Amino acid sequence: MEAEAPSFKREMLATLPSLRAFAVSLTGKHDKADDLVQDTVMKAWAKQSSFEMGTNIKAWLFTILRNEFYSQMRKRGREVQDSDGAFTERLSVHPSQYGSMDLQDFKKALSQLPDDQREAVILIGASGFSYEEAAEICDCAVGTMKSRVSRARTRLQDILKISGEADFGPDAVSTQVTTSNHSF
Amino acid sequence: MSQQRMRVQGRAEDGLGPNSDIGSRLRALYGAVQDEGVPEQLLDLLEKLDSAEQAQTTKHVQHGGE
Repeated sequence: MEAEAPSFKREMLATLPSLRAFAVSLTGKHDKADDLVQDTVMKAWAKQSSFEMGTNIKAWLFTILRNEFYSQMRKRGREVQDSDGAFTERLSVHPSQYGSMDLQDFKKALSQLPDDQREAVILIGASGFSYEEAAEICDCAVGTMKSRVSRARTRLQDILKISGEADFGPDAVSTQVTTSNHSF
Repeated sequence: MSQQRMRVQGRAEDGLGPNSDIGSRLRALYGAVQDEGVPEQLLDLLEKLDSAEQAQTTKHVQHGGE
């Protein structure tokens, strides 16, 4: 009898870390991201009857969060541009993976992208969505999503002056340290 | 061709695959946030929503539905 709701809750719980990472990439701030995730959780909970168990809850939650973010932005007339967007603060990335300078540069480059390109490259490159799913989340055509990602990538490469494939990669840096087991 | 395979191919063509600089840096940033875990207040919120719903269900049952 208690099976239904707890399993919706469980699925939601499993998605929260990724949803929160996406929220940080949109807001650029952890406190704002947490507020946004909280609003999203409440919205989603209220709408749970419209969600079909067994379908893609992750895409569903990302859609709600993204809509919530842009509707809040519109209401506030973008007066809250106190962030540069995209992971601007409080990020501790495991030092064995990249030099911190390198990721600082990368964050800065990400923040220079137009909003639509940044979210596209994050949804595809980091959240793990297919183009079809990402297009649905952003309410645009699949072709549009593809071109946003491609423009974002080109732009990032220009800014960072790096080439497409691994002239720099985990291998070059980490071969010597891979023996010490680093989790993340 | 499986959809999964098409996905991976698409990703690689777009330079966001496992060997791509940009792809791996994106995932490093994203992963760092993911690994922070979910804040207490969010977990509390979910618990509250869940128990409120259960309480309501129980009440409905006691009053013979709505």
